[in-house]
Amino acid sequence: MAMTARQRAKVSLYVQAGIFVVAVAAVIIAVDWKTIGTSVFNFAKIGPMFPDIFLVGLKNTLIYTALGFIVGLSGGLLLALMKLSSFPLYRWLATGYIEFFRGVPALLVFIAFGYGVPLAFGIQWDVNIIVMVSLGMVAAAYIAETLRAGLQAVPKGQMEAARSLGMPHWRAMVSIVIPQAFKIVLPPLTNEIILLTKDSSLIYVLGLTASQYELTKFGRDGISSLGAGLTPLLVAGAFYLVITIPLSLLARKFESRSARTKR
Amino acid sequence: MNNSTGSTATVRAAGVNIKDLRKSYGSNEVLKGISLTVEPGQVVCLIGPSGSGKSTLLRCVNLLEQPNAGTINVGSFEATDPDVDLNKMRQSVGMVFQHFNLFPHLSVLDNCTISQTKVLKRSKSEASEVARHNLERVGLGHLADRFPDQLSGGQQQRVAIARALSMDPQLMLFDEPTSALDPETVGDVLAVMRKLAQEGMTMLVVTHEMGFAREVADRVVFMDAGVVVEEGPAENVISAPTQPRTKEFLRRVLDPTHIGVEEA
Repeated sequence: MAMTARQRAKVSLYVQAGIFVVAVAAVIIAVDWKTIGTSVFNFAKIGPMFPDIFLVGLKNTLIYTALGFIVGLSGGLLLALMKLSSFPLYRWLATGYIEFFRGVPALLVFIAFGYGVPLAFGIQWDVNIIVMVSLGMVAAAYIAETLRAGLQAVPKGQMEAARSLGMPHWRAMVSIVIPQAFKIVLPPLTNEIILLTKDSSLIYVLGLTASQYELTKFGRDGISSLGAGLTPLLVAGAFYLVITIPLSLLARKFESRSARTKR
Repeated sequence: MNNSTGSTATVRAAGVNIKDLRKSYGSNEVLKGISLTVEPGQVVCLIGPSGSGKSTLLRCVNLLEQPNAGTINVGSFEATDPDVDLNKMRQSVGMVFQHFNLFPHLSVLDNCTISQTKVLKRSKSEASEVARHNLERVGLGHLADRFPDQLSGGQQQRVAIARALSMDPQLMLFDEPTSALDPETVGDVLAVMRKLAQEGMTMLVVTHEMGFAREVADRVVFMDAGVVVEEGPAENVISAPTQPRTKEFLRRVLDPTHIGVEEA
């Protein structure tokens, strides 16, 4: 009657697997496949999306992400260094910035720079600049915290050894501490790029011309023009995976490499 | 003993002069007015129980710790002068750490060249030449292209010594250089230090290696609880201490099992 601990664990696993199978089956049965077929998986009508989904959508998503990342990385490094500064004003400024931009939705930042800046200053920025600033400033807040953790993970003895060799503080940072910090944060930094790739879709709130469409906007445009229901959006989603899954694999590779060198 | 390598140029050695040095962490005073002189070319070993302040004293000499009071002179530099060019001063003071602190992202050679090129503004080729020469001096010329994590502890510490020597220091500080090493690699590091001492380098060494202190040091300083309890020629302090605290410390260090042996 009484089961051993190992038998109980085995039974529990079977029960869990059973629940999973039942849940999947229930969803499959509940779905209205006919409607889904014409409005979500209607691949017959999406021909016109090609090749522009590569040449415009994918290209612009990659450009917007890269622009945001460049600003985010340099801004994040500056903020991280400010946060670790011995000068209190720098620390407060950095903390204020990070808390603010991590706390507000990225969508609002896009609206602020897309519509607020023209109203306030009477200048209309190019879309690339709006993306660079909005995405970059939000990214900087997240990247700053990642880099700060990385900088603090470099052993104190590294700075001491560098200073003992006569290096000024900034030189020790540039040549000794920051390169090691980057190695440490490579995996989380890759994850930041994945988040940025997805956040670049928020540019849709601005009025874009067709040549400025990125993947999401491209997909939304397809919904209204192709008569294939939501299918174009599904295709656009698949293209995001084309970018993000390799990045994920890359992050995992970095992780296992740093785990090996740690020993 | 006296056939030191002819290839190495004689060292321009600097002396150290410490007066009434005080250092506290909060309310805990770890250095209670230390005065100590190291003549150019002398080797002085600092011994004492852990927590006696000897490492703090050593770290004060190149201002890795900021003293609260007192003065330190290193060669022509007054280290405790608020206007002193610390970076300039540290170029002439080599430091070797208990845990080596090699730069793990740089090869052995680059560990020894980076400060030469970035701080002394030497050309890459000149820096490499100096680095290789110093790696030969510590017996590791053949490992120049390795990375620190591919070396044993003793090898890493010898690279750390070569790295410090590559800046042409006039004074070397050693902070328990063999305490983190496997026993079988301690000898290699001590041999390098012995050679350095013979070449006329000024050395201030925090150590628990009594054999090394007795053999190499010109003077031994015994510290306890933030004060210098006893100092003098190595023979006297280690073999014939006069202060009870020194005797007690040495009895424990030289005879850790407390079985009791005849006085050497």
